Amino acid sequence: MNAQRMSGSEMVIKALVDQGVDVVFGYPGGAVLPIYDALFKQDKLRHILVRHEQGAMHAAEGYARSTGKVGVVLVTSGPGATNCVTGLVDALMDSVPVVCLTGQVPTHLIGNDAFQEADTVGITRPCTKHNYLVKDVDDLARAIHEAFHVARSGRPGPVVVDLPKNVVVAEGTYRAPATVRHKSYHPQVKGDLGRIEQAIELIAGAKRPLFYAGGGVVNAGHAASQLLTTLVRLTGYPVTLTLMGLGAYPASDRQFLGMLGMHGTLEANLAMHDCDVMVCIGARFDDRVTGRLDAFSPGSKKIHIDIDPSSINKNVRVDVPIVGDAGYVLEDMIKLWKARQHRPDAEAIEAWWATIEGWRKRDCLRYRTSDDVIKPQYALQRLFERIKGRDDVYISTEVGQHQMWAAQFIKFERPNHWMTSGGLGTMGYGLPAAMGAQVAHPGALCIDVAGEASVLMNIQEMSTIAQYRLPVKVFILNNRYMGMVRQWQEFFFGGRYSESYMDSLPDFVKLAESFGAVGLRASKPAEVDGLIDAMLAADKAVIADVVVDPTENCYPMIPAGAAHNEMTLGPDEGVASPPSEEGMILV
Amino acid sequence: MSQGRHTIAVLVDNEPGVLARVIGLFSGRGYNIDSLTVAEVEAEKTLSRITVVTRGTPMIVEQIKAQLDRLVPVHRVSDLTLEGPHVERELALIKVASTGEKRVEALRIADIFRARVVDSTTGSFVFEVTGTSEKLNAFINLMAPLGLVDVSRTGVVAISRGAKPI
Repeated sequence: MNAQRMSGSEMVIKALVDQGVDVVFGYPGGAVLPIYDALFKQDKLRHILVRHEQGAMHAAEGYARSTGKVGVVLVTSGPGATNCVTGLVDALMDSVPVVCLTGQVPTHLIGNDAFQEADTVGITRPCTKHNYLVKDVDDLARAIHEAFHVARSGRPGPVVVDLPKNVVVAEGTYRAPATVRHKSYHPQVKGDLGRIEQAIELIAGAKRPLFYAGGGVVNAGHAASQLLTTLVRLTGYPVTLTLMGLGAYPASDRQFLGMLGMHGTLEANLAMHDCDVMVCIGARFDDRVTGRLDAFSPGSKKIHIDIDPSSINKNVRVDVPIVGDAGYVLEDMIKLWKARQHRPDAEAIEAWWATIEGWRKRDCLRYRTSDDVIKPQYALQRLFERIKGRDDVYISTEVGQHQMWAAQFIKFERPNHWMTSGGLGTMGYGLPAAMGAQVAHPGALCIDVAGEASVLMNIQEMSTIAQYRLPVKVFILNNRYMGMVRQWQEFFFGGRYSESYMDSLPDFVKLAESFGAVGLRASKPAEVDGLIDAMLAADKAVIADVVVDPTENCYPMIPAGAAHNEMTLGPDEGVASPPSEEGMILV
Repeated sequence: MSQGRHTIAVLVDNEPGVLARVIGLFSGRGYNIDSLTVAEVEAEKTLSRITVVTRGTPMIVEQIKAQLDRLVPVHRVSDLTLEGPHVERELALIKVASTGEKRVEALRIADIFRARVVDSTTGSFVFEVTGTSEKLNAFINLMAPLGLVDVSRTGVVAISRGAKPI
């Protein structure tokens, strides 16, 4: 039964079900009423009614990143679609597979400035991997099936399908997914074997090697993370991960140097600077990772494995580029490594590890403890003590200092358990993302590590969380400042805290209670353990307001425009030197 | 780094918005467009061909090609400047309004450039001239003192020499 007659709305539902979708995050409105009516008449798809369309997007991202499946959003035309824009760009920057179905005014009104009309495909063209405006009901099923294929294959990303109201009302012929083959889009997944051989020779001959892996390994599926772990262990070489890659290699392993980049560990960044062979897998040499480009890892041969050819040689020239899926390429690399029976230069590698251990001994994540005021790092360390060893914990974050501390102090053993807005840096991401993860994993522990400023940007989703009785935990490190903004103003703008202090914050305990959630507060270090226990014991949503030191800064730090070996370690080892003019522009 | 000039041919699905995707890519990422032409070339397969002349360091030009290739409706990207000999042509319609000796001189130069007169009044000509961009530039420069009033150019179209398709 490849061809069936039905209405466009029924087609939307059938196409989603045939694509394996079980949950849709959405918000109804005039242009999508026919689709919501079809949704009402079926029981295969669950709909989660959000409170703002941006919340739907981030929830779908949280769902996608915690499951590896495509997240789905359904919103109305005009403001429904424009409210999705931030989430679409976020998903584009972090390569998250999301299909966003938007309503549109009837085709004969398009271009007439009709009520709730916006040029959705025009607005979202640079915000998506691809988008569609469906003008004919007989094209509808194909467009949705293609959208899923484009969203999940190659380098994943968001796809918008714009659905005019008359198209979803019309009757047409449904086509099954198997009948759809894309004309021009065929991403390359297998890496070039000659290049892989070249890479293996380089890796085998290295004296100061380093694996540098990112979100691409997570996106390539669980198997890819296991293959990375296998290859790293076979070689005995050190490995560092990007913010997006955390979990792709077990953090408890001795070969793991921690996260790299602006707030990464000293050992990871110095290893990047000093290595002689760098193996980049599924990462993109972001400016937050490389620091000053002309001083970036000056002495290394670079191997870059990426599924997106445009990521290669974009910021940094590499010696061995390999286009392909991280999983496939890693599999070939392991085969080749074993077949050639490579033995690394034991003496050189031992010396390299001795150097790294010297850096590690500096204990760069060290901070001044206090008995009077809660240090944010302490709160996170205590939280991690209580959740470590559990494999049903999903952590999301908002954006800022708390995000970097979470990345430093919460250790991930497996992929898909860490959700954060890396590329776009979207404040307000964490609460809806944790909500989406909780929808996907009803019995799991989903925690949004938040700042008080970020969490207010999508706080309305507490109402969604209440409606679906989602036991999401919001762990707020409340310093009353936009902490990262304050930190930069302290370091680089003479301590002029322009508009970074928040007066009149809500009482988060009462706010929690107003949403039917549990509200908790800790103001002294001695209260932190009790707060965490109460939070974890609650069988419903919790907002935990942890009142932390407002002046704490996030270290270590590579100021923008500085090199990896120009890292600032902490208040006891001198503050960050003012960045160069170029660095100030980079911010 | 030297800013090399590259002529890139792009074969795309002729669907709504495809040109906006290409132009948006150039403006969004800050790449240069010297000229851009587009037309359907295979009606039954609904394929269009875009010829874009751009400028940039080798690293930027490599990025431009990779970014173009990443667009979903793009079938093929070919850097004609790098891939061997190719032919480039541009067409211009040029309006010259003058009388007396200037009018005669304009006609004489048009003859040298093998430009055709496609419209004429007692006080004006419209010339059609085809050739490389440099030839068109030269012709337009010569017309400037002879009553040049209007220029319309197609931008560069290009194709590789020899038997192989794009």
